[in-house]
Amino acid sequence: MPLLTCKQFMDELSDYLDEKTDAEIRKKLEQHINECPNCWVICDTTKKTIQIYKGMDPFPMPPDVHSRLMFALEQKMARNKP
Amino acid sequence: MSSPIDIDEEAAVVAQARLGDATAFSELLRRYEGKIFRLAMHITQNREDAEDVLQETFLKAYEHLDQFQGQSKFYTWIVRIAVNQALMKLRKRKSDRSVSLDDTIDTGEDTVAREIAGWDENPEQQYSREELSRILGGAVEDLAPIYRAVFVLRDIDELSTEETADALGLSIPAVKSRLLRARLQLRDKLTRFFKRKGDDAFAYM
Repeated sequence: MPLLTCKQFMDELSDYLDEKTDAEIRKKLEQHINECPNCWVICDTTKKTIQIYKGMDPFPMPPDVHSRLMFALEQKMARNKP
Repeated sequence: MSSPIDIDEEAAVVAQARLGDATAFSELLRRYEGKIFRLAMHITQNREDAEDVLQETFLKAYEHLDQFQGQSKFYTWIVRIAVNQALMKLRKRKSDRSVSLDDTIDTGEDTVAREIAGWDENPEQQYSREELSRILGGAVEDLAPIYRAVFVLRDIDELSTEETADALGLSIPAVKSRLLRARLQLRDKLTRFFKRKGDDAFAYM
């Protein structure tokens, strides 16, 4: 089985991390990272990047923003009443 | 995973709202206002603009609810409105430069890793919640708006590639290439904070 180039590996990286690649490509990708330390690091740290962001909510909805949204909507609804 | 949405149950709420049921529309608002606000904050990076986007999105959705076809999720429909509103805000602020989801800036150069260094096992634990939030937020802020929208929808809201394409009016390959670039650029930025101290790329080989 011919080795993938780093460029080919990078093109498949997102699908690989999302577990969307078929078994044959997956095998080739794993073979590549076993032999290419740079791509191994990029793969590992990109995976960690995704994991760190998954759990975060840096912009929780402030209560006053909610109140003003409800107020704007109620006004609009009142205007639209027949 | 975001809380599972019962499509049939939601379709019923939307149908009620379309009949003019204010309570049903408020229910939809309650479900999605937080996500829309977060998306608007990520794209505009400005609280005042994000609040405007949030209001404009739900007021427009209310006004045009009869145009919602029900073939997609309600959320992807309002995301589309919100992203358009948010990009309009950005265009107004940077009037000299157009901002579009379709900007072609695919030179490939921006995905080239500048620094290849391994990270600690749980690198985020070296930082307090506030510091971590600032680091992660700052890295997203540095992304181009087109990448921010795709990244937030795919990796924070956990929409599928198809749903993200639908919400943003992009093709599936366009979503995939933007997501890859966003992820790699964020990885590159975070490496500055999370790399193993005193390590080089091959120290663990």
